[in-house]
Amino acid sequence: MDVFIAIVQILDSTIRLSVPLLLACLAGLYSERAGIFDIGLEGKMLVGAFAGAAAASVFHSALLGLGMAILISVAFAMIHGFASITHRGNQIVSGVAINFIAAGSTIILGQAWFQQGGRTPALQPGERFDAIVWPGAEAVRDVPILGPIYSQLISGHSILVYLAFLMVPFTWWVLFRTRFGLRLRAVGENPAAVDTAGISVAWLRYRALICTGILTGIAGAYLSMVQNGGFVKDMTAGKGYIALAALIFAKWKPVNAMFACLLFGFLDALSIRLQGSPLPIIGKVPVQFMQALPYILTVILLAGFIGKAIPPRAGGVPYVKER
Amino acid sequence: MSTPYAKLPAWADYGLIPVINLFVAFVVAGFVVLLVGENPFRAAVILVEGAFGKGTGIAFTLFYATTFIFTGLSVAVAAHCGLFNIGTEGQAYIAGLGIAVVCLAFDSVLPWWLTFPLAIVASTLVGALWALIPAYLQAKRGSHIVITTIMFNFIAASIMVFLLVGPLKPAGSQAPQTRNFLAGAELPKLNWIIELFGAKIHSAPLNVTFLLALIMAFLVWLLIWRTRLGYEMRTYGHSPKAARYAGISETRIIITAMMISGALAGMMALNPVMGDQHNVAIDFVSGAGFVGIAVALMGRLHPVGIVLAAILFGMLYQGGAELAFEMPAISRDMIVIIQGLVILFAGALEHMFRPYIQALFASFSPRSVGMEAVKGKGA
Repeated sequence: MDVFIAIVQILDSTIRLSVPLLLACLAGLYSERAGIFDIGLEGKMLVGAFAGAAAASVFHSALLGLGMAILISVAFAMIHGFASITHRGNQIVSGVAINFIAAGSTIILGQAWFQQGGRTPALQPGERFDAIVWPGAEAVRDVPILGPIYSQLISGHSILVYLAFLMVPFTWWVLFRTRFGLRLRAVGENPAAVDTAGISVAWLRYRALICTGILTGIAGAYLSMVQNGGFVKDMTAGKGYIALAALIFAKWKPVNAMFACLLFGFLDALSIRLQGSPLPIIGKVPVQFMQALPYILTVILLAGFIGKAIPPRAGGVPYVKER
Repeated sequence: MSTPYAKLPAWADYGLIPVINLFVAFVVAGFVVLLVGENPFRAAVILVEGAFGKGTGIAFTLFYATTFIFTGLSVAVAAHCGLFNIGTEGQAYIAGLGIAVVCLAFDSVLPWWLTFPLAIVASTLVGALWALIPAYLQAKRGSHIVITTIMFNFIAASIMVFLLVGPLKPAGSQAPQTRNFLAGAELPKLNWIIELFGAKIHSAPLNVTFLLALIMAFLVWLLIWRTRLGYEMRTYGHSPKAARYAGISETRIIITAMMISGALAGMMALNPVMGDQHNVAIDFVSGAGFVGIAVALMGRLHPVGIVLAAILFGMLYQGGAELAFEMPAISRDMIVIIQGLVILFAGALEHMFRPYIQALFASFSPRSVGMEAVKGKGA
């Protein structure tokens, strides 16, 4: 029974840890499917986290915090768009720039406004998204097997967690069942064809980046307002890059993205849980190895050793109308 | 006018436009300073005085510049070949391992002038090897070099943390770093050069790696513009198709360029490790690899530009430390913002002001932008 409880606990933290990855990964999905590489997921999450926690603690409202997180994150996505769509700059360079501006400005502004060493004030109840306890969760807690699964795994998360997982079928529906999605995918594969059909490539790509900004904003808000009751400097700690890795791992497909993020979240949860205690068969595994595993897996996948990851064809190339 | 990127006179292309881009980046940074509630002009004065006002400041500025020359050159060499090496950070970090091995093995037996060449070899070798894998995967398996080098940054960091909290840490120590090197692995300072000009210096870490950096800048210039290999690299960077048609081996050129880039990144580690801290500690690179991106872009991938840009960033680092003393609201992280803005305006938005400048030039003297006067033709 102890083993079962331990497994449920690991799966529970898997869910919690994979939510920001999942949101960021889906965010990247929109922009990369539209042909815009986005290395700036990390930075957009970070400004989202900062704006969310700062607004929530100033206005004493979790919802306003979330709104501000989305707003600022979208604004950063628009900078990326301005550089890489309007001015046809290098998308990777622009993404790198956004990450630095985000990393620096959140610390500087945080210190100037709150004077807590780059932190925002600890969020009070009502300023953060609390866990939602599903009906009957307390009652069935003691039921064997199903009890812990229902009360711990399914119930007891914040609204953003459910939102993140609902975004998976929603994104699938948007991309593969709507006109907007069809055009978005087309613009990532062959923008000239979309242009010929009389649809603005630039506006379509801007809209894709707005979707990206919204999702990274929610991801950031989750980090600072659910997982951590306040903003801490550099709190994304490479999650944007892991999300990028997950996106490649998922071969740019929404449902795969969920599984990839759950896998990477599981590795993270496992490495926290084990913390140097030996595994049954393999023996003692260094924490650092577990932490590096998502990156190693992505490199192996990219090298084409476990299936081939083929990116959208027009990805990273600015669109120039032929004259 | 349907030719957006028509030619400008060389001085405008290589002097005016970078300066304008840089200026805009600093104006935006000035707004951030305003937002924090400080006076941007006073901040700029403190910054420049902190960097160049005293001998110690100059020495520190050049010490930081040394690091950035290496990382800037590293990014530039790859960029000339059309490759965006974002992995300079990881290549420099893991090169610290090579230096650690050499220094820990020889610092008690050899003098510095024998340890130093060995450490150079070790650092370049490790850095180049760390760049080899992403290069090979790009050339042979088509995996995107940007993504693989990012992944390799994280893998390098994991390996170094693992080694520095475990095998490389001396027994009984709590700090995640190697033992301090003995005199045989400490590089001599260069502060006397500045003292020749009459300035006083209190223990600044400027050391002989600065000279190595200048030599490397010269060698990179030689490589890129005066050798066959450099020509092939530039050809491939300009048009992979043309290079293939000319019979240049894609695999060879990608791997060579990346290994040179990795080697230069690796040399960066010599400066802080052997010149300043005298040990290998966790996160000793601390973002210098990424600064290299800004430096390379600002220097327009030319060694002279890179040295100048590196000195500018060295000034920001040194002056920024002074600034943090004087204005508590501004910490050193202000530099990270400036760095980001420089990358944005000098890199991603480098062509933003070009059409306006062209229009300006065209209105003064059409010939300077390669346009004949079209008025007479009844256009």
